[in-house]
Amino acid sequence: MADHGTNHGTHHRTHGQINRLSGGQIDRNKPLSFTFDGKTFQGYHGDTLASALLANGVRLMGRSFKYHRPRGPLTAGSEEPNAIVALRSGAYQEPNTRATTAELFDGLEATSQNRWPSLAFDAMAINDRFSNFLTAGFYYKTFMWPAAFWEKIYEPIIRKAAGLGALTGSADPDVYDKGFRHCDLLVVGAGPSGLMAARTAAEAGFEVIIADEDFRFGGRLNSEHEFIGDQAGADWAASQVAHLGTFSNVRVMSRTTVIGTFDHGIYGAVERVTDHLRTSAEGQPRQILWRIYAKHTVLCAGATERPIAFNNNDRPGVMLAGAMRSYANRWGVSAARDAVIFTSNDDGHRTAADLHRQGVAIAAVVDTRADAPSAHEYAVIAGTTVTDTRGRLGLNAVQVTDATGHSRWLKAGSLGVSGGWNPNVHLTSHQGARPVWNDALNAFVPSPSLPPHMSVAGAAAGMLSTHGALHSGVDAACKALEIDPRTLPALPKADDRPVTQSAFWCVQGSERAWLDQQNDVTVKDVKLSHQEGFRAVEHLKRYTTLGMATDQGKTSNMGGLAVMAELTGQPIADVGTTMFRPPYTPTAIGVLAGRSRGKDFHPVRLTPSHYWAKERGAVFVEVGNWLRAQWFPIEGETHWRQSVDREVLATRSSVGVCDCTTLGKIDVQGTDAAVFLNKVYCNGFAKLAVGRTRYGLMLREDGIAMDDGTAARLAEDHFVVTTTTANAGKVYQHMEFVRQCLCPDLDVQLISTTESWAQYAIAGPNARALLQKVVDAEFDISNDAFPFMACGAITVCGGLRARLFRISFSGELAFELAVPARYGDAMMRRLMDEGEEFNVTPYGTEALGVMRIEKGHAAGNELNGTTTAQNLGLGRMVSKAKDSIGSKLSERVGLNTEDGLRLVGLRPLNPKDKITAGGHVMSAEGPVNAAHDQGYVTSAAYSPTLGNMIGLAFIKSGSERIGDRMRLVSPLTKTSVEVEVVSPHFVDPEGERQRA
Amino acid sequence: MIINHPLLGPRDSAEFTYLGDASLLNRPDPDTATPKDWHDYAYLRDNPAGLHRELWFHEGGDRSWLVVTRNTVTHEITKVELARDVARGLASDVAGMGTKRSGG
Amino acid sequence: MRYSGFKVIKEALTGHKGWRPAWRDPEPQSHYDIVIIGGGGHGLATAHYLAKIFGQKRIAVLEKGWIGGGNVGRNTTIIRSNYLLDGNEPFYEFSLKLWEGLEQDLNYNAMVSQRGIMNLIHSDAQRDAYIRRGNAMILNGADAEYMDADQIRKEYPFLNFDDARFPIKGGLAQRRGGTVRHDAVAWGYARSADSHGVDILQNCEVTGFRIENGKCLGVETSRGFIGAGRVGCAVAGSSGRLMSKAGMRLPIESHVLQAFVSEGLKPILPGVITFGAGHFYVSQSDKGGLVFGGDIDGYNSYAQRGNLPVVEDVCEGGMALMPMIGRARLLRMWGGIMDMSMDGSPIIDRTHIDGLYFNGGWCYGGFKATPASGYAFAHLLARDIPHPTATAYRFDRFETGHMIDEKGMGNQPNLH
Repeated sequence: MADHGTNHGTHHRTHGQINRLSGGQIDRNKPLSFTFDGKTFQGYHGDTLASALLANGVRLMGRSFKYHRPRGPLTAGSEEPNAIVALRSGAYQEPNTRATTAELFDGLEATSQNRWPSLAFDAMAINDRFSNFLTAGFYYKTFMWPAAFWEKIYEPIIRKAAGLGALTGSADPDVYDKGFRHCDLLVVGAGPSGLMAARTAAEAGFEVIIADEDFRFGGRLNSEHEFIGDQAGADWAASQVAHLGTFSNVRVMSRTTVIGTFDHGIYGAVERVTDHLRTSAEGQPRQILWRIYAKHTVLCAGATERPIAFNNNDRPGVMLAGAMRSYANRWGVSAARDAVIFTSNDDGHRTAADLHRQGVAIAAVVDTRADAPSAHEYAVIAGTTVTDTRGRLGLNAVQVTDATGHSRWLKAGSLGVSGGWNPNVHLTSHQGARPVWNDALNAFVPSPSLPPHMSVAGAAAGMLSTHGALHSGVDAACKALEIDPRTLPALPKADDRPVTQSAFWCVQGSERAWLDQQNDVTVKDVKLSHQEGFRAVEHLKRYTTLGMATDQGKTSNMGGLAVMAELTGQPIADVGTTMFRPPYTPTAIGVLAGRSRGKDFHPVRLTPSHYWAKERGAVFVEVGNWLRAQWFPIEGETHWRQSVDREVLATRSSVGVCDCTTLGKIDVQGTDAAVFLNKVYCNGFAKLAVGRTRYGLMLREDGIAMDDGTAARLAEDHFVVTTTTANAGKVYQHMEFVRQCLCPDLDVQLISTTESWAQYAIAGPNARALLQKVVDAEFDISNDAFPFMACGAITVCGGLRARLFRISFSGELAFELAVPARYGDAMMRRLMDEGEEFNVTPYGTEALGVMRIEKGHAAGNELNGTTTAQNLGLGRMVSKAKDSIGSKLSERVGLNTEDGLRLVGLRPLNPKDKITAGGHVMSAEGPVNAAHDQGYVTSAAYSPTLGNMIGLAFIKSGSERIGDRMRLVSPLTKTSVEVEVVSPHFVDPEGERQRA
Repeated sequence: MIINHPLLGPRDSAEFTYLGDASLLNRPDPDTATPKDWHDYAYLRDNPAGLHRELWFHEGGDRSWLVVTRNTVTHEITKVELARDVARGLASDVAGMGTKRSGG
Repeated sequence: MRYSGFKVIKEALTGHKGWRPAWRDPEPQSHYDIVIIGGGGHGLATAHYLAKIFGQKRIAVLEKGWIGGGNVGRNTTIIRSNYLLDGNEPFYEFSLKLWEGLEQDLNYNAMVSQRGIMNLIHSDAQRDAYIRRGNAMILNGADAEYMDADQIRKEYPFLNFDDARFPIKGGLAQRRGGTVRHDAVAWGYARSADSHGVDILQNCEVTGFRIENGKCLGVETSRGFIGAGRVGCAVAGSSGRLMSKAGMRLPIESHVLQAFVSEGLKPILPGVITFGAGHFYVSQSDKGGLVFGGDIDGYNSYAQRGNLPVVEDVCEGGMALMPMIGRARLLRMWGGIMDMSMDGSPIIDRTHIDGLYFNGGWCYGGFKATPASGYAFAHLLARDIPHPTATAYRFDRFETGHMIDEKGMGNQPNLH
């Protein structure tokens, strides 16, 4: 039968929907128009893309990965391996979308994938002719000679063939969101068992979430022709959903896939909010990732039908029998007007009966069992198998072979295959439990060691009858929530026929019989894998790629396992099963990221003077999550260096102001505050006088420098500690560790006050003069009254409480003034106003960096987590008179070698030469290689004060090499310059300015 | 994961940062410890496959350090204590925990 | 049996009857000269080099499950030698050179693909650090290339150059870095070792060591006692569990690292990209999947699975860096157990027990090290002295203060 036959439609509105039957849960009053590969079709509201295409007589929807075999839908759900298309267009294009779950909407655009030039004629289908050469793992055995050819020739060819769909390269234009939900009972799946579990819990007053990936609740009830009580199954499901909707303690989440089971009752769930709409409302998220915290969970995920392997079982028109039933009953669609059913169990016969009822001609039911039940309406051929099929782009004939080996061909456009059902155990094994084999069902069922507080009901638990599903749903809810089942109404009457499944996986003598249809893994490949020793399940999977396609092996793993079991002569249970891992179905990366993208990737922390700086035209730089002013260009400046040089020179000659709020501030209070600081700093703090500040160095317990800063003693029992910007969080955590875990009995409390105080460095010869204009008169800040390293609580601007520290990072006469953060903006503006007479200059992080390098102060580049106090030239700070964190392990021999690194300064012999941070230092003469490496440059800057570049470097025995000429090389940036080793204190080495 | 904070009740583990084995509470006595004691304290771990007592810091919360007893194979948490309480218990057992009131 | 294109064609034309198992399935002998515990990449590589390069005989590899089932089967397949420190860089460069000749050495196509690796730079401090590192690489004989933002934009136009929270300011590239088909590495080494007479014993779990008078005489296994002249342990991820059977505590914690793969997509990523401002790195496999990962979950675990916060964190990094991947779908995620060491660097050393040798502590960098690790361990086992590129990987470096701390994080394993 051709794919474009005559119109058999029975209704005038079916417009070319030649395979649209009667009935189904579609709205025939809402016709929808859509395109596939540019051709326009009609479908109905309630259709999926696959059901609508089938209705239109289109069976060919995709191509397989390796052999580019023509393919149509195998299933009617999320387990689909074949009918994979690109949905939408432009930046909205969504590759590898299952036509079987894509809800039809008006104007839907879909395009086939992995074919060239067209779906019907695909040049790459030539691979199928060479399949005998392209067996499992063939690429491991060849393409090795000559060696250079792999990357240049072979691999590009292989890569070009890779993948199914394509990314557009454009940014995803949609918005995604995240949310958190809590419940007493999470019900995963809204088939008969799920609906009953939810209803039972809801009526008992528990908080319930019931989620299902489908857009219509009911599970298999929507696909079956059966009754619950006196209602059709689908109607019963709809009535249950309506009933659940009346409870305020129930949240019904359709189009929501629970993707993973995580620790302690946390589930990930993805709700597809607008995927079924042509366009979404402004700001409406496409999808939402829910983190669901569930006290109990009932898994009611149903079962997946399993195919049978036989030669050429992959043609468009070959389908799982249960899927055929779904198309017929739920969507009023058949893949063709005639069908053969191939089954190993009673379930296939249900398909035959339903299709027959819907007017599809049943050519035969081919049953592998000799004792197959008979039927009046159509032929049942017992003890027989399907051994081959025909039809280039779609099925047109089925070969049937009986036990004697006699074969004949039956003409049919569709073939339903039923090998039984596998419980969907995935979520039960996300925490490592392996499913166990059930001999009665010939299937894996959930492990008895389920994730804590999870139970399983319905088909997922192996209860394949509808009655069993209803009953087990109620039972699971009662057990989880301790509801007395005697208080509940009787269950409605439902199908309770016993379900048996035989273990029939593969027709004898099959070779090119597909197990994994998307990845083109056949029975022959499994045989080769066995022959070559890849017999463990994981080896089989990895060697053949079985189960690695976008359908995650939902319809293929079991068959592959069974074939391997037969080859090794082991029971399937002994061969084992591969692990199921999240996500349950492939999940858009966008929704897992949510809103954390673009500028919102990380939170932005703004300094108190940010808006003022923005008004001044500052250029900002990311410093961790902070945005800091990097420099403040003024009119006429075209290069950042001009601005930075000016800021440095202005500060050193008059006064500059810099926002240093980002430095960590930790308030330390308590009668043992000094004892505590004595513990965390390697240098002494016990005797620091009130009103004085001291530079402190903290070591990690392993003796490496962790951070430096200052501690100011505002009172006997009150210190303010500063940290570097980068380490603010880490140092606070460390200090809390020492306080709570190592010194639990000290009377000391800590709190981070980084955000509470706006802090400004005011530096330069006129710093005091400027400050005097804002500090209230009763506070004397003269050099005598408030000398270098003094600190104190003061007031400014007429009573505003403030803290003043006479500390200097720039090396100038300098203060740091802290005011409550809400006054930060006003304080900066006030300083600028008052400083006008001194030509006050705001400076940014660049000028700050230049001045600290000029002074030889260590910063993040020097405190890089591998350097010791010795390396930094601060070895003598490590007090031997007391125990402090890190002091003992800092004594290890490897950290105290004669030729250890020491912090030095470097200056270029030719003042025009560049000092490269990250450059390595070599001896002036001699080879340039790792064996002769003498050290490296940590920081470099142009010093406007000196008129040349300068650098800080760690050099072996550096302090003994002052005055030496060495070579600074940076082969990466292709520079090599001669340098002189100098003191790291380039400017005012005696420190006279800061004491002025 | 969910950590049942002794003061605040169940909290998502994402609010916490992790340090490691709670043996880090047992800092050697600086007056008597040998270099080997310091090495073993700082660098060697039992690293059990099973119950593990470990330190978590409630950074996004009340800034408590907690000692969490958790199974490293199943991730099941069976006990959560304030590290300070644990440390105090140790302090009364172990001399010279570097605090003037130890043993008091 | 040699593999070749000719052989593939011949077999295709004659019904594939000639293929034999890639390795034998022998019964354990009662005694071997050398027993390697761990049939992962490192153990199998060790056996291969012991037999082929160091001329050792009577070697067995003991694997508790099936070979290649540990971290060599669950990583993100990246190879590179872009290390900073003297203790590391020569070793990883040696490894990269072995990768470059691996397929011819093994007669197995592990698809070593030198597609290049790019570490992105987002701040001045990061630039300084990467320049230092690139220089260290070059000075150690490796290749490194500094790229500015414009060059990066030309090669990777799909990165976020428009509204990035942390703008790309440059990158450090290593063109010789790339990816390898990870499973094939285990199989190739196994097949070669087997062909040189090594017994690969699967489903053979070591349950204890027989140690008398400070000497290791062999191992108790699920298949009986196996005597050994020397025993080498290469079970990274399970090092703590195994070595505790010999009464050893290690400077190692076991942590879970998650990794992720997307559905197959047409080729769009040229090489490996590492996001310097988020926890994310990515490459594209020959089958088309985006293979990506980020940080370890951060708590001790032997569970081979992680939790949602890290999944989300990694995908956030991915979307921040490459906003085109939002519509690609995550297909699978899995967790591997890492030996996180106290300085982020490995250990290849003798133990204090005579005849017992240790190889572990690979953190999440073990895959790229596979050839050199095997070679260096073989060197140590065969000659009892460390290989010149692995002399720093000593147990006692923490006692002496000679840590090899690339990230500068100190003795907190989950920060490395």
